[in-house]
Amino acid sequence: MSPREQQLLQVVGGNHAGLPEPLLRMREVSLEFAGGGRIVRATDRVSFDVHRGDRFVLLGPSGCGKSSLLKAAAGFIAPAGGSIELAGKPVRGPGPDRVVVFQEFDQLPPWKTVKQNVMFPLLASRRLGRREAEERALHWIGKVGLSSFADAFPHTLSGGMKQRVAIARALAMQPDILLMDEPFAALDALTRRKMQEELQQLWEELRFTLLFVTHSIEEALVVGNRILLLSPHPGRVRAEINSHQFGLHSAGGAEFQGATQRIHQLLFENGDQHAASPLQRSSAS
Amino acid sequence: MTMLLEPPIRAEYERTIEAGPGGALARPAPLSSRIAGLSWLRKGLVLLVLALLWEGLGRWQDSDLLLPTFLQTAAALWSGLVSGELLANVAVSLSVLLQGYLAGIVLAFALTALAVSTRIGRDLLETLTSMFNPLPAIALLPLALLWFGLGRGSLIFVIVHSVLWPLALNTYAGFRGVPDTLRMAGRNYGLGGLRLVLQVLVPAALPSILSGLKIGWAFAWRTLIAAELVFGATSGKGGLGWYIFQNRNELYTDKVFAGLALVILIGLVMENLVFRVLERVTVLRWGMQR
Repeated sequence: MSPREQQLLQVVGGNHAGLPEPLLRMREVSLEFAGGGRIVRATDRVSFDVHRGDRFVLLGPSGCGKSSLLKAAAGFIAPAGGSIELAGKPVRGPGPDRVVVFQEFDQLPPWKTVKQNVMFPLLASRRLGRREAEERALHWIGKVGLSSFADAFPHTLSGGMKQRVAIARALAMQPDILLMDEPFAALDALTRRKMQEELQQLWEELRFTLLFVTHSIEEALVVGNRILLLSPHPGRVRAEINSHQFGLHSAGGAEFQGATQRIHQLLFENGDQHAASPLQRSSAS
Repeated sequence: MTMLLEPPIRAEYERTIEAGPGGALARPAPLSSRIAGLSWLRKGLVLLVLALLWEGLGRWQDSDLLLPTFLQTAAALWSGLVSGELLANVAVSLSVLLQGYLAGIVLAFALTALAVSTRIGRDLLETLTSMFNPLPAIALLPLALLWFGLGRGSLIFVIVHSVLWPLALNTYAGFRGVPDTLRMAGRNYGLGGLRLVLQVLVPAALPSILSGLKIGWAFAWRTLIAAELVFGATSGKGGLGWYIFQNRNELYTDKVFAGLALVILIGLVMENLVFRVLERVTVLRWGMQR
């Protein structure tokens, strides 16, 4: 057993002594969906803690319930069992303290310009007046490099620009936790890499807390500082590992390759039929 | 023996890209294609050809009683407008129409807003539209006359009936077609109930709502003219349908045509000015429709 695996066992084994109170606490969360006259269990007693400043990644093949877990944290899905707490308070529905960035481009209302889109949650949640909202919107649009497109409508933007708007919109809310559901999965490989870089820079500067869902091992290693591995049907925790040592520029290195191999084995070593399911290993590079 | 195709190996090259494009990125389109791009001009051409055909057919038929020519009709329309007789009738029809139309829109909105917010509201809407949408509004007129008496009330009742169901059906279909992501984004920012409907669902479903409004407008017109034709005297002041009916009785066929032409003209104005402009400042500008 490698030293890292021992370290891992220690953490999973419940040795939380000395750790601060987590921001998001998922305890034994089971999610179920009713459909076609039966109830399907999507995740089975999943527990994890996200601490302030974490870039926490949920990683697993399709069917492991990672997106459902994120939606449960956002409050769109009520868990069938277990508890979800944000800063000690139970989550009871969607709220502007947890802003979601979705994968789909249609998360931006097409009838609002870039600026109006970023202002939308600030006004809808009645947090700011029109003038302050506009000021803050322009600030964040500048942060993602879209100042010259503030008055453009979403349908005139490229996919990467639309996701930038969605990120600016989420950050402008200054939420307790930013929830990203495969935000770069619909982008081409070059744009995806650029967006990962920009997200990294924004985090370096702002140190927000991030819960990030992906099915790409490389993306998980590059974006996250800690990765929760989930196995599919139903989603169960396979491992929780550290990845804070990796950045965008470690992608080719031997240690990075090793970590990729290790995650791959953890996800597929059972040799069950899911090993054949397409896990997009190369999509981040 | 088979020949294996080997692509040739070529020399590599690299180039430096100079700053700025060599030629202008955009240039004006040629005049001919700009003229051909004017939709009002193309539609005007269609109207002109139809008018010429009509004029030719009328002259060939040579019967004022059966088919007055385009020019005769235009003259009758002009004198009717100048004398104020037609305008007075149009005013009567339009005021009834607008009242019924607006009432229908308000009811359709209330019904669909209820339908997207509650399950029982959805059952109510689906049942009611499947019951009443196929029922011709004009068939309700005898009943309406019984309930509301001879007059405006009955006409408005049948117009509301003709607007409400198709508009509700279209609006509801539009609401259901709103992407889940957009709905979730709205809820994420704390929107719910009527605020979610007004700030997310209505603009997102606007293409369907606009087409419902157009269909509703056409149905309302048809119902009103038909009702006036049959029971025109009921409102006591005539109306466009009544004008057509009366002139047919007196065999002023050119005036009948003038009345019909006015119904068509109002429809064209409504479609090309009101609805087209509405589309241009909303769904077309937002890239939701092309």
